[in-house]
Amino acid sequence: MKHYWKIYFFTLLQIGFFIYSYILYSSNSFQYRNDYKSSSAQQGELVWQKYNCQSCHQMYGLGGYLGPDLTNVISVKGKNNNYILAIIKSGSIQMPSFNLSDVEKINLIEFLKSTDASGKADPRSFDSQFTGMISNK
Amino acid sequence: MKTTNEYSIGEYFIAVALIMLIFGLIFGVLASANYIFPAYSKNWLGFVQLRPLHVSSIMFFILIGASGCVYSSFNIISPYKINNSLAKLQLGCWILSIIFILFSYFNSKFGGREYWEFPPKYAILIAFTWLLFIINVIRIIRETKEKPVYIWMWATGIFFFILTFSENYLWQFPYFREHFVKDMTIQWKANGSLVGSWNQLIYGTSFFLIEKISKNKSYAKSNLAFVMYFLGLFNLMFNWGHHIYTLPTDSYVRYVSYIVSMTEWIFLARIIYTFRKNLTEAQKLFHHFPYRFLFASEIWVFLNLSLALVMSVPAFNLYTHGTHVTVAHAMGTTIGINTMILLGACFEFLKPETDLLSNGSKLLKFFFWSFQITLFVFWITLIIMGIKKGLWQMGNQSDSFNMMMSTLHGEFQVFVVSGFMLMISLVVIIISLLNSFFRNHFQFKTI
Ligand code: HEC
Ligand code: HEM
Repeated sequence: MKHYWKIYFFTLLQIGFFIYSYILYSSNSFQYRNDYKSSSAQQGELVWQKYNCQSCHQMYGLGGYLGPDLTNVISVKGKNNNYILAIIKSGSIQMPSFNLSDVEKINLIEFLKSTDASGKADPRSFDSQFTGMISNK
Repeated sequence: MKTTNEYSIGEYFIAVALIMLIFGLIFGVLASANYIFPAYSKNWLGFVQLRPLHVSSIMFFILIGASGCVYSSFNIISPYKINNSLAKLQLGCWILSIIFILFSYFNSKFGGREYWEFPPKYAILIAFTWLLFIINVIRIIRETKEKPVYIWMWATGIFFFILTFSENYLWQFPYFREHFVKDMTIQWKANGSLVGSWNQLIYGTSFFLIEKISKNKSYAKSNLAFVMYFLGLFNLMFNWGHHIYTLPTDSYVRYVSYIVSMTEWIFLARIIYTFRKNLTEAQKLFHHFPYRFLFASEIWVFLNLSLALVMSVPAFNLYTHGTHVTVAHAMGTTIGINTMILLGACFEFLKPETDLLSNGSKLLKFFFWSFQITLFVFWITLIIMGIKKGLWQMGNQSDSFNMMMSTLHGEFQVFVVSGFMLMISLVVIIISLLNSFFRNHFQFKTI
């Protein structure tokens, strides 16, 4: 039958897709990259989602565009936990004020610590090669 | 009265989708106004609510609209094969999901992730709705003898949607949530392929319509058409890594995506190669409204593909990532390609009075053109905004984030005004389509 090549090809691609997915799901190499989230940090991520901080803020450049990227905000000089909690409480011209519970505050800070530990989101931390590929400095 | 084989459940899907598009447009304009009047709506509907309201309404428009087009096409390909009760249940579940989800946004109840910010429990309802679609379509396809490429595309799109939509919720399991970078890798893998899956539904519809309008049945069965389909599927599966080039994930992810994305040059080359032929065809068929939208979508494919090719080079991506260039890409493709094709299809299926479309209706022609022009201004403005931010983020950042944003004030104004005009153009077009829906289905039912 002349349709067979299509079915073979489809199946082949499908198998490739599942293998690739499996490799990504089971990869352990991420674990050496300090991106582990404690259970408190995991709860903190849910706080981030509950208040939809992602509608204005980004992690590794992904999210909304009205506010700055917050992946590494916690390690910026002069912006410690208190600064962050203060701005969340007071808001700013654009940013609404949020009334987080004490537990939510602790967890959110843990989450921001874990994103910071996972790597640098600043695109300047990459070198470009002539092939167009990038690598960490 | 319409006879039974003319009764098309697909048209009801299309009507609901068009209403969602109107909502989406209004929320989009209200959201964008925050760029020039900071937090003007903070007390009644903040940006934090408006963004998901906009994006989700648009997603519903695309998904329900595409489903409606698939049904309407099947109504022509294999009449009487659609199980209307099942389809009605499906539409009912969609409407229920929409009510729940919009209601939770209005009440600031979130909990999900980007593009699906609603509380995750509602995802179950959407998945169930989609399962009904799968059951219906499998039954129809089994009874359809010929399987040109668009049937493969619909089947692929429907199957991959449920796959990637579920993948999008893997974070519900602690195993997937434990590692931030891995979690994000999987999230954007799912998101990228998900967009690919609805593109299969929509491009399939475009194929079907072109075949129907040009009355040329050979192309959709040709080997070339299938080669292009497989190339598209290959990209759907493996070309999502450009969303996360800067994420410290395993570096092979970057290589795979970069290499796969370069196969998109083939699509670009093909558009250029066939452009002359298409242009001659266009001269013959341009008076036909559905065709006009399909032709416009080709131009937008060309523009957006060119932009995507630039963004897929990691070294350039450092400048465009996390800026409005990404938004230009996202809205450019969803408006210029997806919405354009869906509107063309709506014109074909709903058939607002035919003579109105072929020669007359200066009004609709005017709004067709104002749609194209305002979209172009909108798109270019987003790109300019993005490039300016890109230069800032790769520069020494002596200006703070707020200072950088305030230098973009002029661009923001153009963005909001062109977005507003875009909304007006589209709303006029949509209303004329909805009018004919109501005329087709309600006014003439009495005889
Ligand atoms: C409506 C948009 C919006 C939402 C929603 C939002 N923010 Fe913001 N946020 C901003 C903007 C804009 C700034 C930039 C500072 C300014 O406006 O002065 C900012 C600044 C910040 C800063 C300071 C960054 C710095 O580098 O100084 C932190 C921390 C922050 N936001 C955390 C959050 C958290 C946590 C949430 C969710 C609970 C959140 N934001 C929700 C818009 C928003
Ligand atoms: C058919 C019409 C439209 C479609 C399909 C559409 C689609 C989208 C999509 C997919 C996004 C997500 C972008 C991303 O995250 O990268 C988005 C965001 C957005 N859209 Fe639209 N859109 C449409 C019309 C409009 C209009 C008319 C406006 C008004 C100006 C608008 C304003 C916005 C805004 C402000 C955002 C959020 C960007 C940010 O985070 O700052 N959209 N839209």
